[in-house]
Amino acid sequence: MPPSQTVKIGAESRRQENPFIKNALIVISLLFTLLMLVMPLLVVVTQAFGAGWANFARAVTDTFTVKALQLTLLTTVIAVAANTLFGLTAAWCLTRYRYRGQSLLITMIDLPFAVSPIIAGLIFILTYGRLGWTHSFLEAHNLKIVFAAPGIVMATIFVTIPFVAREIIPVLTARGTDEEQAAVLMGAGFFRTFFYVTLPHIRWALVYSVILCTARAMGEFGAVSVVSGHLRGKTNTLPLHIEILYNEHHYREAFAVSAILVITSIVILTARSVVERIAKKEVNQSVR
Amino acid sequence: MFKRIFTMLSVTALLTVFTATARADQELTNVSYDPTRELYEAYNTAFQKYWQETKKEKVTVVQSHGGSAKQARSVIEGNEADVVTLALAIDITAVEEAGLIQKGWQKKLPNNSSPYTSTIVFLVRKGNPKKIIDWGDLAREGVGVITPNPKTSGGARWNYLAAWAWGDKEYSHDETKVLAYIKKVFDNVLVLDSGARGSTNTFVQNGQGDVLLAWENEAYLSLAERPGEFEIVTPPTSILAEPPVAIVDTYVDKKGTRELATEYLKYLYSDEGQRIAGQHYYRPSNPEIIKEFTKYFDLNLKLITIDDPLLGGWETAQKKHFSDGGVFDRIYTK
Repeated sequence: MPPSQTVKIGAESRRQENPFIKNALIVISLLFTLLMLVMPLLVVVTQAFGAGWANFARAVTDTFTVKALQLTLLTTVIAVAANTLFGLTAAWCLTRYRYRGQSLLITMIDLPFAVSPIIAGLIFILTYGRLGWTHSFLEAHNLKIVFAAPGIVMATIFVTIPFVAREIIPVLTARGTDEEQAAVLMGAGFFRTFFYVTLPHIRWALVYSVILCTARAMGEFGAVSVVSGHLRGKTNTLPLHIEILYNEHHYREAFAVSAILVITSIVILTARSVVERIAKKEVNQSVR
Repeated sequence: MFKRIFTMLSVTALLTVFTATARADQELTNVSYDPTRELYEAYNTAFQKYWQETKKEKVTVVQSHGGSAKQARSVIEGNEADVVTLALAIDITAVEEAGLIQKGWQKKLPNNSSPYTSTIVFLVRKGNPKKIIDWGDLAREGVGVITPNPKTSGGARWNYLAAWAWGDKEYSHDETKVLAYIKKVFDNVLVLDSGARGSTNTFVQNGQGDVLLAWENEAYLSLAERPGEFEIVTPPTSILAEPPVAIVDTYVDKKGTRELATEYLKYLYSDEGQRIAGQHYYRPSNPEIIKEFTKYFDLNLKLITIDDPLLGGWETAQKKHFSDGGVFDRIYTK
């Protein structure tokens, strides 16, 4: 390498370390986080506990709150399970086989990120509602999808589809197929290969994506709001219940229930960084 | 470990589903509009007691609230309400036109199927700093007006029509002038929420605007929630809002709840039902019972009805003002 080039690189890195710019950038990002994230979240927590523990406990143990929490948990469990299964299948299909329409599948998986949640809700209403084309079939079999729990679950699945697949695809691509091919050559079947060769590699990516998917599923508001019908104690999820409480002038209760969601997300995010750290350690060990 | 948490969660979830479906009480779903939450909370308790005493049956009433037109839409799309208790007749007519309610529903119960009525008043900040006393003041420069969107909210349509009626009289039927007046009012609107309760929160909780065009009951509720911060201004003329109620025939027949639903609506006209309406600042339709509440209701207020030739009934008013490309679309072009 000619010496002149080394000098240039050195100059550039010195320019990047200009202390003024460095400090300004740090201040800007910290201020932004403070104003946009930390302060509003602190307000939720202080408001929630502002009227004392007794008030908080009463709001959180209210029948409608408990029912909303149950529905939210049920929805989250089903949505996360469905998307884990689908995400793994889709990631496998996209990285292990070659076929026509592959890029279309990738685009479709990303669609929920790009589409507004209200569209996600409306398409379910238009398909499974009373005026939808499936209505006579559903009516004949006494099935109820929208304005009932199934619609809420489906809307939630729709908005959380990309989480698992998107996380797994790059890991599978980076790993390549060498080890799997070796396993197959040695006589391992599909499931054996998957559980003993593939899964250990994508384990942490999978856990990580399930955590993010859970966080998103619990908090989904827009799409669920469209298909819910807002029947109290029946089709209200926790986020919808918070809106109702707020609209009913029950501000303290609204904040108390919000605090459940905020605390859950903090727990979820802590779990995420723990997973990240463990995964990194494992990667380092395997490299060594 | 994650697997274990997962199974634990699924078991709890499944259990709750089973416990939720195991109960076999009579159930009634009331799809209503925004400001009636507190009214029906109280009324449901009274009705449950009445039903238990007369029929020895337990009944659960499931409530749903939102903007009136939006709620009607959800019933049309398959939200299986036994009864609808909405802000205006046209929204129930929409459900009728979808084939879910039989024709002539409005004649089935007394007083155009409206057990209680209300009107539109102004909620202003303490001391009325902008001196807003009549409809004309809403068009003044520098007055911030809060009202929901007439396209989605029942209350907002009453607000709009009350202003229109005032303008028509003020400018002696000169429609160009009335239009200019209405346009000025809506130019003054700071936030156009989709439902009445959203607007109340914008004005009361978030402190936006100088005047909230509100249901009389909603205005009194805000006074009760935040004593000493607001005042109610009753303009010399306003509009008689008749929020009607109806049974959704298709759904009650499907679920076999016709008798329960009929009684639920009829009981709204009983002395107890009427008093509950009055206590929640709705004007009882029973002329004797409204007299018990004169400290809230100005009985001398001049009220124009929707069927007045000026407005020509809901169908005409809806078509002229709120249909796509109607008067409201033309004046509200921000």
